[in-house]
Amino acid sequence: MSCAQTVQDYALRSLGIGERLLPRGEITLCEQVVLIGSGLIWNVYFGLVALVTGFFLATALAVAKADARAWLRKPAEWFVFLFRGSPLFIQFFLAYFGFLSLKQVSPVFDPLTSAALGAAVVLFFNTAAYSAEIFHGALRSVPRGDLEAADAYGLSGFARFRRVVWPTMLRLGWPAYTNEAIFLFHATTLVFFSGFPARQQRGDALYYASYFADRTFNPFVPYPIVALYFILLTLAIIAGMGVVNRHLNRHLPKDARATMRRRPQFIR
Amino acid sequence: MFPFCEDPSQLDTLPWLACYLTTGVHMNFYVSFGTVLLLLAITAPCALAFGFAGAAASRSRILPLSLLGKGYTSIVRGVPDIAFFLFFVIALDQGIEYLVHLARCPDWDEPIRQGANFLVCPEAKMPPGNAAQAWHEAYNFALAVFTFALVFGAFAANVLYGAMRAVPRAQMETAEAYGMTDRQAFWRILVPQMWIYALPGLSNLWMILMKATPLLFLLGVEDIVYWARELGASKTPRFTDYPHGDWRFFYFLFLLVFYLGMTKISEVALGRLTRRLSHGQATLGGEAQRREGGDMQAGAGA
Repeated sequence: MSCAQTVQDYALRSLGIGERLLPRGEITLCEQVVLIGSGLIWNVYFGLVALVTGFFLATALAVAKADARAWLRKPAEWFVFLFRGSPLFIQFFLAYFGFLSLKQVSPVFDPLTSAALGAAVVLFFNTAAYSAEIFHGALRSVPRGDLEAADAYGLSGFARFRRVVWPTMLRLGWPAYTNEAIFLFHATTLVFFSGFPARQQRGDALYYASYFADRTFNPFVPYPIVALYFILLTLAIIAGMGVVNRHLNRHLPKDARATMRRRPQFIR
Repeated sequence: MFPFCEDPSQLDTLPWLACYLTTGVHMNFYVSFGTVLLLLAITAPCALAFGFAGAAASRSRILPLSLLGKGYTSIVRGVPDIAFFLFFVIALDQGIEYLVHLARCPDWDEPIRQGANFLVCPEAKMPPGNAAQAWHEAYNFALAVFTFALVFGAFAANVLYGAMRAVPRAQMETAEAYGMTDRQAFWRILVPQMWIYALPGLSNLWMILMKATPLLFLLGVEDIVYWARELGASKTPRFTDYPHGDWRFFYFLFLLVFYLGMTKISEVALGRLTRRLSHGQATLGGEAQRREGGDMQAGAGA
């Protein structure tokens, strides 16, 4: 079977399009590269969904956490502690078994037991908590002068937040937020090892890699392929977040701009 | 466990729970918490040692050594940790078996890789095929510890490298002025002084290491996740005296609470350690302590 044929058969297999049977017998390098790449679609899906939705919740949580009123601040603090203080792996398990019990209450909750929705919900809450902590830190370091300038312009309430505080908060928090995005994408590899079923073996990149490692008993091919894909994905994230960073910093003189450096320091 | 546990089906809720939670398998579950703590206790110093070696190598003036140190840190940090865990456990296992194979069976002429199989001579199987179950478990555990230490060592190396560069240059110059050699200055000034700069990063790393322990489950160790899944799954009266429905949710809730508790304890302990190490340091924290002034000094002097 030629490699072009393999691409045709397996490139979208993780979505259920194309050949259903996984390769048997001798497994070629091409098949591994294509199938693991196909699995990467799931990682990108989980990462993007959680990042985009989590962003808004994170902003709300950061503002709530900085609020003087205890009934707003306390719940936000507890939420952040709950999701930052426990392993994501346990959160996945807990959520999956919780969703299973909900399913028995009413079939409305049925979709939550699938990875596509259930795991995305968990990742959404998780990344919201981590990002909220970053944004909260950034919010506290918004320069006083900016706020005084906003007062001088007669801005107050929501207008002040939207036009002065929020953009500055994003600008200050963005380098750390980029790191968070990278680790969010890395964390998506946990989904199919944590109870959420890979129906009809439609899994993510690591799922296929561990499948190949088990089949061929040779970890030296599939895992480096995963690593390579993730390094490319990381570079793409850095590039994408870099564009936003430049946009956020566009009003500053060139030498005052925060340089984006990749400082991956935390995983979960 | 208790004398009244003879016939669980006759018991009320509370005594039933007391009996249920003290069955033999539950004891295994409680012991597995010890496994996790043991892993943390062994891995943390090992990772620190790996990190120290990595950081020292990265600083080295010898080019191959510094490339090795930098390569180690950047490769491990660029890839999802779980991929590393899955990869390393198999790779290490095969690597060890291959080396033993070379040593013990020099005249073995069949290829090691035959299609989808990895075949070494029977004497090179690790642990030996006739070894007790406990040895297999210990071997798996040792592989897990090594893998954890290797991955977290790379992160620790990054933190320590930064901390070594953060020690004020003037302190090193003072060491030189006292006529210390490079080696003496490194061990007597740089290493003792770097910890306060490394502490925020290392605290962060400790939190991450703690939260990575459930991944032991993926490495084939019978840890708390394994037992929570086993014990929580629904049981029918045919196989157990304590039939129940699907309780996995509650077991994992318990694990969640366990980890939240560990996080809280660590936060408090690390906070205290930071205050302690800041004492007399040229940092913001140390300066704040100095300003607080007299009463603290009186306390320290006592």
